[in-house]
Amino acid sequence: MSHVIEMLHIRKEFPGIVANDDITLQVEKGEIHAILGENGAGKSTLMSILFGLYHADRGVIKVRGEEVRINSPNDATDLGIGMVHQHFQLVQTFTVTENIILGKEGSFVLDRKSAAKRIKALSEQYGLSINPDSVIESITVGMQQRVEILKMLYRDAEILIFDEPTAVLTPQEIDELMQIMRNMVKEGKSVILITHKLDEIKAVADRCTIIRRGKMVGVVDVATTSQAKMAAMMVGRPVNFKVAKQDMQAGKPVLEVQSLRVLNNKKVPAVKDFTLAVRAGEIVGIAGVDGNGQSELVEAITGLRPAVSGAVLLNGKAITHASIRERNEAGIGHIPEDRQKRGLVMSAPLGSNMVIKEYYRPPFSKNGILKQPVIDKHAQDICDAFDVRSGEGILSLAGKLSGGNQQKAIVGREMALEPDLIIAVQPTRGLDVGAIEYIHKRLVEHRDKGKAVLLVSFELDEIFNLSDRIAVMNSGELIDVVETKKTNEEEVGLMMAGVKTKEAAR
Amino acid sequence: MRVKSNAFLIAVSAVILGLIAGGILMLAIGSNPFEGFFYLFRGGLMNMERVGNTIATAITLMLVGLSVAFAFKTGLFNIGAAGQMLVGGLCATLVAHYVFLPRPFYLLVIILCAFAGGALWGVIPGLLKARFNVHEVVATIMMNWIAYWSVYYFVPAYLKGPSLETESKSIAIEQTLRSPWLTKIFGGGYINLGIFFAIAAVFIIKYVLDKTTLGFELKAVGSNRFCAEYAGIRVNRNVIISMMIAGGLAGLAGMTFYTGYSRNIQIGVMPSMGFDGIAVALLGASNPIGVLLSALFFGMLQSGKGFMNAMTDVPPEIADTIIATIIYFTATSVLFSRFWDSLGKRKKKRLDAKREASAKEAGNA
Repeated sequence: MSHVIEMLHIRKEFPGIVANDDITLQVEKGEIHAILGENGAGKSTLMSILFGLYHADRGVIKVRGEEVRINSPNDATDLGIGMVHQHFQLVQTFTVTENIILGKEGSFVLDRKSAAKRIKALSEQYGLSINPDSVIESITVGMQQRVEILKMLYRDAEILIFDEPTAVLTPQEIDELMQIMRNMVKEGKSVILITHKLDEIKAVADRCTIIRRGKMVGVVDVATTSQAKMAAMMVGRPVNFKVAKQDMQAGKPVLEVQSLRVLNNKKVPAVKDFTLAVRAGEIVGIAGVDGNGQSELVEAITGLRPAVSGAVLLNGKAITHASIRERNEAGIGHIPEDRQKRGLVMSAPLGSNMVIKEYYRPPFSKNGILKQPVIDKHAQDICDAFDVRSGEGILSLAGKLSGGNQQKAIVGREMALEPDLIIAVQPTRGLDVGAIEYIHKRLVEHRDKGKAVLLVSFELDEIFNLSDRIAVMNSGELIDVVETKKTNEEEVGLMMAGVKTKEAAR
Repeated sequence: MRVKSNAFLIAVSAVILGLIAGGILMLAIGSNPFEGFFYLFRGGLMNMERVGNTIATAITLMLVGLSVAFAFKTGLFNIGAAGQMLVGGLCATLVAHYVFLPRPFYLLVIILCAFAGGALWGVIPGLLKARFNVHEVVATIMMNWIAYWSVYYFVPAYLKGPSLETESKSIAIEQTLRSPWLTKIFGGGYINLGIFFAIAAVFIIKYVLDKTTLGFELKAVGSNRFCAEYAGIRVNRNVIISMMIAGGLAGLAGMTFYTGYSRNIQIGVMPSMGFDGIAVALLGASNPIGVLLSALFFGMLQSGKGFMNAMTDVPPEIADTIIATIIYFTATSVLFSRFWDSLGKRKKKRLDAKREASAKEAGNA
C-alpha cells in the first residue's frame, strides 16, 4: 500500500527540550491514522512541522512518495494538506460561504453564488449538512467545526489533520464527526487524528502511532489492540481507569444555590434561575459543554462575580454577598478553572503560593509579620503529602513546575484548608493519566471524609467516574439532576444538548 | 558550580555597556574618553566634599527610586514622583519656615508632613485606579502638573523671597536638614541628614516587602492580581495603599531635595529627579538594596558631570547620555540574562563532559 504521508526520523529541539526525537509517521492513503500521546508528548509539534509552522532539525518529509520541503502553511495547502485547528479561525460576522472562500476569492469580483453552490455540493457529498448562507455566530460550535472542515475540502485537501477535535463537542456531535471522518475516508481522503482520548481512537481509527515524551513508542493496529494496552504504551505503565469508590452516604446540604442569576462579561445572563444542592459526603458533577454558564456559576458561588438575584447558602447561612475571604473562611475550597491565571502566582515561590489564602492568620503570621519557618513547614508538608515535585522544593517559582505538579500543588493547598465544600473546575485538564488518577483519588477521599464536592468538567468520563449525582447545564439553565447509577452517557449527552429526559422518553 | 543570571550581573553588564557607549560617543566628538571618564569619576569622588555632594544627590534619587520600585512591586507605574516630590517639598518648606521645635521633634514633624504631602498626591491616582480604573500613568502625570501649578501659585503668594519672585525665601540653615557635624566631616557641600532617612527607608521598605503580610499582599497583587483576588486579597485596597506609600516616599525625596540639598523651592521647575528615579528603580531591579546602590552610582555621575565639563571639552550631556544608555541596556536586560544563562550552560556542559571523561578514566583504571 502506498503512503500518502511519510515523516521519517523527525527531530525537533526547543531550548532545553527535545520535542520530537526520531519520530517516524507513515500514513496510508484512505486510512484514519491516530496520533496518541499525553499533553506535551510532542504530537502538536509533529503536526506543526507537517503543516509548515515549524522546521524539523532533522528528518525527511515525503508526500505521495516525493520528498518535499514545507516552509509555510501555504506550502502545506498546495500539497493538499489541511488542518482543522483546536481553536477555529473564523470571522464571526461572516457567512459560511464568505469564511470558506476567504483567502481564495479568485478574481476581483466575488462570485458568491457559484462558491455557495460548490460548498453545498461538498457538504452533501460528505454528510456535513451545512447551510452556506448561515452567519458563523448564529451556528453551534459543532457546526463551526464543520465549516473548518469544509474550508479544507474546498481547498482540495487530500490529507486532513484534526487537532483534538472533540474537546468542544457534545457526545452526539462527536458521533456525527466520526461519521464525517468515515465519509471522507470513503471518498479517498486520509485523516490524521490527534487526540489523547482512547475511546475515540477505538471508535474511528485504523492505525495509531503512539508518542511518549517526544519519542515514538510504536504503531498499533487499533482493531486488535485493547484500550488498556494503548494507555499503558502512552503512559509507560499500566493505568487504572476507574476510581474505587464506596457507596455515598450523603448528609445535610452543604451548598445550596437558589434561583441564582448571573451575568457574563457582556452583561448577558449566563446563569438563569439555577437551583442546586450539594450535600455532605457526595460529589455532584456539573456536566455541560464548555461555555454554558459553568464558569459564571462557579464564580458567583466563590464570590468572584456578583449574583444578580437568587441566593447562595453554605451550611445554611447565606453568603450571597459575602466577600471572597469570608467565603474562604466559611469553608469553600476552590480549584480554579485556569491554574495559570487564578490558581498560582507564577513568579512567586511555591512556598508563598501554598499559604496565599492563609498567610494573614496564625500560625502563619502574627501582628502583620510573617512567620517564615511556619510557612515553609506548611508548604513542605503539602508538597510531601501531595507528591508535588519541583527543582528547588518550596523555593522553586511556581511557574517552573510542570502543569501536573502545579495542579497537585493547588489541590494540596485547597485540601489542606479542610473546606466543607470543595469546588473543582476541570481539575485534571491537560494532565497526564498518572496525575489524573491521583487527583481523582484525592477528591473521592475528600467526599469520604463527609465533605461536599462540586465538580465541573467538560469530560463526560470524568463526570461519570467521580460523581454521585450529575447536574446537566445548558445555556445557563439546569436541565436536570440525575443519579449517576441510573443514567448513561447517551442520556446525559442529550441533556447537554438541551433536551430534557422526559421529552426524550416521549 | 553554576553561573546563574541575576539582577546584579544584569545591572553591572548594563553599566559597563553604557560606559563603553559613552566612551564611543566621546571618541566620536573628538574627545579622549579616558580623560573624560577620569574627570567624570574624579568630579564625583576626588575629595570629601565631592563625595558628600555625590551622596547628597544620591539621597533624593534613592527615595524617588524606592517610590517607583515600591509601586512597581504592586504592578503600578508611578510616573508621578516629580509631583509628589513637589508637594512633599512644599510641605517640608512650610514646616521649615513656620514650625520651631527641639531638633528631634522638629525632624519628626517635617518627615511626617513631607510624607503626608507626597502620600496625598499618590493616593489620589490610587483611588482613581481602584474606583474607576483610570490608568495610573495618566493620573500621575496629571497630578504632576497640578503640583507644578500649585507651587507656581503658592510660593509667590505665601513664601515670597526678598529679591526673587521665582523662588521661595531661603530656609534658615538650622531649620534645614543639614547638620553641622556632617558638614564638618565632609568639609562643606550639600550633604545632609537625609542620607540616614533614605537608608532607613530602604531597610524599612525591604522589611515590609519581605517579612510582612502587607508586603505579601502587595507582591501578590503586583504579580498576579487574578490569583490575589481569588485568594481573597482585596486588590483595590492594596492598589491604594501602594500608591500612598510610593507617594509618601517621593514626598520624602522632595523634603531632602528642597530642605536639604537646596534651601528654597523654585517655581516653574519640574524636578527632573522625579523621572531619574525611574532609571534608578530599573537599574536596581526594583529591589531596595539595588535601588540604594544604583542611586549612589547615578548620584556620582550627576555630581561629576559638571567637573568633567569644566576640565575637558566633553559636554555634560554625555553623562546624561550614559545614564540613558544604561537604562536602555537595563530595559533590554533579557538579552543579558540569556547571555549569562548560555554561558552558564556552556560551562555546565564542559564540566559534565569533564566529569564523564574522568568517570570513564576511573572506569578504565
